[in-house]
Amino acid sequence: MNWLLVLAGAAVGAPLRYLTDVAVQKRHDTVFPWGTFTANVAGCLVLGLLTGAVTYGAAADPVRLLVGTGLCGALTTYSTFSYETLRLAESGAGFFAAANVAASVVAGLGAAFVGVVVAEALWA
Amino acid sequence: MKPVHPPAVGEPTDPDVDLHIPVQRPGAWRAQVPVLAAVALGGSAGAAARYGASLLWPTADGGFPWTTLVVNAAGCAVIGVFMVVISDVWAAHRLVRPFFGTGVLGGFTTFSTYAVDIQQLVDADRARAALAYLGLTLLVALAAVVSAAWATRRIVTWRQA
Repeated sequence: MNWLLVLAGAAVGAPLRYLTDVAVQKRHDTVFPWGTFTANVAGCLVLGLLTGAVTYGAAADPVRLLVGTGLCGALTTYSTFSYETLRLAESGAGFFAAANVAASVVAGLGAAFVGVVVAEALWA
Repeated sequence: MKPVHPPAVGEPTDPDVDLHIPVQRPGAWRAQVPVLAAVALGGSAGAAARYGASLLWPTADGGFPWTTLVVNAAGCAVIGVFMVVISDVWAAHRLVRPFFGTGVLGGFTTFSTYAVDIQQLVDADRARAALAYLGLTLLVALAAVVSAAWATRRIVTWRQA
């Protein structure tokens, strides 16, 4: 059952990341990988919220596996983030490569902290 | 020696979506269905592998998240090999990249757990461990993708010479 929850969550999360990428690329013609950035930050916010909810007893383990391990885990990615950073650096866009790393870490962490704080306000 | 992978500022940076491939052009919704299915299938497989790793090597509450670090670093090394092979060597089926690159590797690695793990360490008053985890993951993951791509290109050049 646990495995099925992870599989089901990821089967939604990974295509959601792909669709985010398509939608963002359609609107922005820039070298900065906004698609992956958006998916990663959104996933951090949701996982922060969920982790807080679990801490304060508002969400049970099956929800954590489905939405946390499955959906958020597959919605966010480290491999594409690092590969896009490499491509930016190699194509001479060193500034964007560094900006991608800094912005992803700062915004991702910020979103995770905000998620936990909101969960605390709602369920603590 | 000619560069195997010349700088390409005009090319899309994003390895997930290539708008030059008609099937990846938004709007062609019917053509998107097999791509979405491949991403979903690969994503599930990748996430299951990550979940399996977390069961095999569980991280204690407030402990240093080594498993997630190794999972993310491994995924970055594999994407470094995969993207060079699929760009320079292997004229793969159009669903291979969505399935393996976007799906399997994207589902296997995670940015959300990375961020929330840092938050949890800070919350447990382990700010030094949080900072070490933050920096070490970045360092190892970026080093993995750079060295894997570099080594793969060396092998490709050597075999084509």
